[in-house]
Amino acid sequence: MEFFSPTDLLGSSPILALGLFSLIALLVNAFLKNSAGMVFYVSAVGIFVAIGCSIYTFPMNATAFSDMLLVGGYASFFSVLFLVIALFSMFIAKPYLEREQYHYGEYYVLILLATIGMVMLASSADLITAFLGIEMMSVSFYVLAGYFRGKLSSNESALKYFLLGAFATGFLLYGIALIYGTTGTTNLLRIVTMYPQPFNDPLHIIGWGLILIGFGFKVAAVPFHMWVPDVYEGAPTPVTAFMSTGGKAAAFSVFLMTFSVPMSMRDERLMTVLAVLAAASMLLGNWFGLSQTNLKRMLAYSSIAHAGYMIIGIASATPMGQQGIAFYLVSYALTNLGAFGIIAMMEKENGGNLNYEDYAGLGKRKPALAALLAMFMFSLTGIPPFAGFIGKYYLFASAVQSHMTWLAIFGVITSLFSTYYYLRIIVYMYFKEATNHEEIKLPGLTFATVILCGAGIVLFGIVPSLIFDLMKSIF
Amino acid sequence: MTFEQGVFYSLAGVTVFSAVMMLLQRNPVNSALFLILNFFCLGGLYLTLNAQFIALVHILVYAGAIMVLFLFVIMLLNLGDDKRLTEHLGMRMYLGIAFSVGLLVELLYMFGFNTPSSYTQLSPASAEMGTVEFIGKVLFTKFLFPFEITSFLLLVAIIGAVLLAKKKIVQ
Amino acid sequence: MRARRECLACREKKVMIPLNHYLLLSAFLFSCGVLGVVVRRNAIIVFMSIELMLNAVNLSLVAFGQFLGDATGQMLVFFVMVVAAAEAAVGLAIIISLFRNKQTVNIDELNILKW
Repeated sequence: MEFFSPTDLLGSSPILALGLFSLIALLVNAFLKNSAGMVFYVSAVGIFVAIGCSIYTFPMNATAFSDMLLVGGYASFFSVLFLVIALFSMFIAKPYLEREQYHYGEYYVLILLATIGMVMLASSADLITAFLGIEMMSVSFYVLAGYFRGKLSSNESALKYFLLGAFATGFLLYGIALIYGTTGTTNLLRIVTMYPQPFNDPLHIIGWGLILIGFGFKVAAVPFHMWVPDVYEGAPTPVTAFMSTGGKAAAFSVFLMTFSVPMSMRDERLMTVLAVLAAASMLLGNWFGLSQTNLKRMLAYSSIAHAGYMIIGIASATPMGQQGIAFYLVSYALTNLGAFGIIAMMEKENGGNLNYEDYAGLGKRKPALAALLAMFMFSLTGIPPFAGFIGKYYLFASAVQSHMTWLAIFGVITSLFSTYYYLRIIVYMYFKEATNHEEIKLPGLTFATVILCGAGIVLFGIVPSLIFDLMKSIF
Repeated sequence: MTFEQGVFYSLAGVTVFSAVMMLLQRNPVNSALFLILNFFCLGGLYLTLNAQFIALVHILVYAGAIMVLFLFVIMLLNLGDDKRLTEHLGMRMYLGIAFSVGLLVELLYMFGFNTPSSYTQLSPASAEMGTVEFIGKVLFTKFLFPFEITSFLLLVAIIGAVLLAKKKIVQ
Repeated sequence: MRARRECLACREKKVMIPLNHYLLLSAFLFSCGVLGVVVRRNAIIVFMSIELMLNAVNLSLVAFGQFLGDATGQMLVFFVMVVAAAEAAVGLAIIISLFRNKQTVNIDELNILKW
């Protein structure tokens, strides 16, 4: 009896590489003293190997392990994105954790294990792998959110995230059970061949509804967003950077893949539900963003709003919308990693230096840092020539293409709202006098990462075809 | 009423009773004990579905491991007679009840009236499917990949539990 | 042993407890779990309610699988058990680390962050 074939191994090689290196890292951590730095290097090597494997499998278009995993194309594209996010967030984390004296090797092992979950999500061709991927990622995130064990805010953040996350898992799982019960399979490729028959079954529709609740929670869409501000604010800043970019991108990759099944019917009701979800997220996210004074919390509300923009792409159910989401995820990930990198450098012990006032006069004190932060804010607002603009353009255009012009107009209006709070930080940096003259240290590793992110959003903003050419072979 | 029906309805009755009691108990220890009763009855229900292996593993994992862990933590934190664990009946509670009842009615309606009538009896294959032999075969062929991945999930849980609950990490 | 098992199966064909009954029970348990999560304020009881939800889903999965004659349902139940065990370990560790700093497990008292 044959358990698996060489194709299976090759197809799952990014996951295997990550798993192998996480085990090596764990052993290094266990047997060497003061080995956190060493674990960092081992993990970074692991991520590079996994990136290599993903790129190697890109041209393949297959499934592995009896249709459990997708190989190549879509899976590879998103895997590379998650791996780069993981790498950058590790670069941000190392100086930060050293400064906070919480620098332990387990941190990097957990990042690697969470990344395994993310890669599984992007490659899942079956609801079972999707479920396990979500859990791998989420359980790692629960631990990472509570990583600062001695800090109450970190504990609270972890508990809130955990309870609401596990609650959402229950709904997701019930949805999977109902879909399984009405179609007899959990495989996305096989469910889609059974349409339209199960789609007339109310049980099946409720199943998708429950799955939507689960995913809505993971991508932080209104009305499943209650956890986001608290968790993002309370978690250590590099963890927030990782969760808000990698976690969101992974959740969207599986959301897009899974919902391409019911959306293949182009059912009006489902499209309307998704459109309303998108509109509510854009409105409430931007609305609450206006009144924030804490930058981490502001970015949390902004992340809710951005989830709304990306759901437009799913609601429109066109290739343009799907490509728009993929591009938007790349630009959003780079932008947010950069912004959180700057916040991590500015932050003082015990969560100080996180408010708008603390950034007053930064334009004079650290011109390079201020210019980069301004760029990230422009990109989040959607001002050309940065990548955020192109992403928004594609998503709104896809809504128009699907005869949902109202949604596109709504998106543009809420973007205008958001200009206020994104640009406010720029006003503080350039037009207010500094009140705080403490020296700001710029650790080289984090600063280099932030510069890379900035270069990325400029590059992809000016030459978006770099990504869109790749995506022609995917969607 | 036949023997099988009697078994099913009495198990179902105790399951419902213990679930409700779990919600109503103020003391977390009592809640945990009712939940364990609930899990035993669910194990019995799996037996009526011819899923012997699942039934056994269910009892071992849930009643034997997870709930023991719960009880252990409740005892460790000495929550039994904590006065501060007062429930309060606010707006949120009524909203919660309304939401849950709504969900229940909807689900009951869907299940009560829309299951295809062809599913009135267990599949003939079900007797074979509950055995260890069958499950082992499927687990190591078709479901090999998710099965292996669960080992990483448990690794995350181990690292996480040690990292979060250990008293002090020696640098 | 095998003969007895087959006999049980053939008798059940006659008495027929329909799939609906299992699903109704599962829906009821799931709603109980949801109610517990929304209403109770003790983090440990909230967590136990989540376990109840997962078990309700397990019952549906086994019932669907055995009525359809398909193994996926039972397999998924295994994976759910692993997930539940992992979540229990991590969740209780989080509760312990919170209790060390705050001496409470009441979610209404978590107010450092605006909830």
